[in-house]
Amino acid sequence: MTNNNTTSSEISSSPNTPYIEFNHLWKEYGDQVVLEQINKQVKVGEFVTIVGASGCGKTTFLNMLLGTNSPTRGSILLEQTPLADEPNASRGIVFQRYSVFPHLTVLQNVMLAKELEQSPVLARLFGKAKRQALDEAKEMIDAVGLAHAADKYPHELSGGMQQRLALAQSLIKRPQILLLDEPFGALDPGIRADMHQLVTKLCAQHKLTVFMITHDIKEAFTLGTRLWVFDKLRHDTQAPGAYGAQITYDLNIDRNRASAEQLAEHEAILADTSIASAG
Amino acid sequence: MKKLVNLHPSKPLRWVLGALPFILLIVLYIAASDARLAENAADKLLPSLSSIGEAIKRMAFEPNQRSGDYLLWVDTWSSLQRLFFGVSISATVALVLGVSMGALPLARAKFSPLVTAISLVPPMAILPILFIVFGLGETSKIVLIVIGITPTITREILLRVREIPDEQIIKAQTLGANSWQVIIRVILPQILPRLIDSVRLTLGSAWLFLIAAEAISATDGLGYRIFLVRRYLSMDVILPYVLWITLLAFAIDFLLRKVSFFSFPWFHTQQKGAGND
Repeated sequence: MTNNNTTSSEISSSPNTPYIEFNHLWKEYGDQVVLEQINKQVKVGEFVTIVGASGCGKTTFLNMLLGTNSPTRGSILLEQTPLADEPNASRGIVFQRYSVFPHLTVLQNVMLAKELEQSPVLARLFGKAKRQALDEAKEMIDAVGLAHAADKYPHELSGGMQQRLALAQSLIKRPQILLLDEPFGALDPGIRADMHQLVTKLCAQHKLTVFMITHDIKEAFTLGTRLWVFDKLRHDTQAPGAYGAQITYDLNIDRNRASAEQLAEHEAILADTSIASAG
Repeated sequence: MKKLVNLHPSKPLRWVLGALPFILLIVLYIAASDARLAENAADKLLPSLSSIGEAIKRMAFEPNQRSGDYLLWVDTWSSLQRLFFGVSISATVALVLGVSMGALPLARAKFSPLVTAISLVPPMAILPILFIVFGLGETSKIVLIVIGITPTITREILLRVREIPDEQIIKAQTLGANSWQVIIRVILPQILPRLIDSVRLTLGSAWLFLIAAEAISATDGLGYRIFLVRRYLSMDVILPYVLWITLLAFAIDFLLRKVSFFSFPWFHTQQKGAGND
């Protein structure tokens, strides 16, 4: 990688103060409790991978971080101020699908953030400003390895290439937080490994704080610096909705050790939860 | 021998198969016309091809004895003008309404019931009202087309906007877009090819309303002419007029499809798998 100078400078907090805080976070739909008692702190640059059984509130949790869903009780603080309750430029997102715009080419998709930023009415750039945006977009496309496909439309790209594009598109905006909702769930194993390398590299480079949902426990160990397991601690068979999921395990992952080794170490814990089968 | 479901015609064969029904129809017509004319040379119901040709020459290439106009072209021009204004106004209004209702929940709550109610009013039933309010001139004919097709296109556009995945709208916001930017950079460009599709589908109704309005009150226009010469049982004029209208409708449809194809290549290549459009 050549452009190490592109690391984000907006992050003001020092590495040891909590960057994002979840205080008594609670989410209910009617009398159905989805999440309860989430109390966590996350520091700048942490890569949090989230695993858990289907329907245990992982996506709800991510949506609350994104701002499309608001907590019933409790709060999410970003540098001591409550998180905006609608999606904005501070948090980038890559979904499993539909993250890129089908009517724009790769280059246009990546350039879009620049156009939105600099041209509030037309959302289009001309002349010098356009050339600058184009250059920056090309650099970003290069970084994710899509230079050869810059003028293609998303439907002409493979699934892996589309996710690379979605990443480039988000990262050009220089978000402080990156949210990944099973971004590699639909990809082949080989392509997935490539994507893991790319994501690890880019996240370190941009000093991103990342939250990633995954179904693949190995992936969670490979990518994360921290692993959260979402699970229900209490069950009421008479009223399945009475208790919500909590973060039952919060593991620190050492990136310098092989993920398989650490996975084996925690096997006992993980087997205990319902995600073992999903992984 | 392959199974019938796997048997695809070659290109020339497809042309022949496609043309065959038309040729059959023409042959059938000529036979029936000859038979009737042999019985009664003054029969007007199924005129011979030569008298149809005569009528085409009279209507299209000779000035009318009374007014000095070339009637077919005058009629075509007036009708196309009305159709153009009616459809353009409808498409514009529908686009604005449909996109704002699709994109903004507040607008949806406010206008959606109104559009649904209006779309249920049979347009022909309020034609007399239009004549009373707007007079017998051009306005009432254009307004009939607008009232007839705008609700349909609006609802179609609304549905298409709602079909755009939420992920895209959210993604645009994380890239810094405000509501206006989401509309003009994400929603509008994706809706335009669908608007053209929708206009193509409603053109049939637009013609219906146009001809109906012209039949009742007009001094020129394709619909007016057909209903005028009906009084003299002039099938030799009516038949070529109907064919001409069909041809015009086909040409407009063809043109719209080409425009869409060249302006929105991403839309059509994306759809290729889904079916031939």
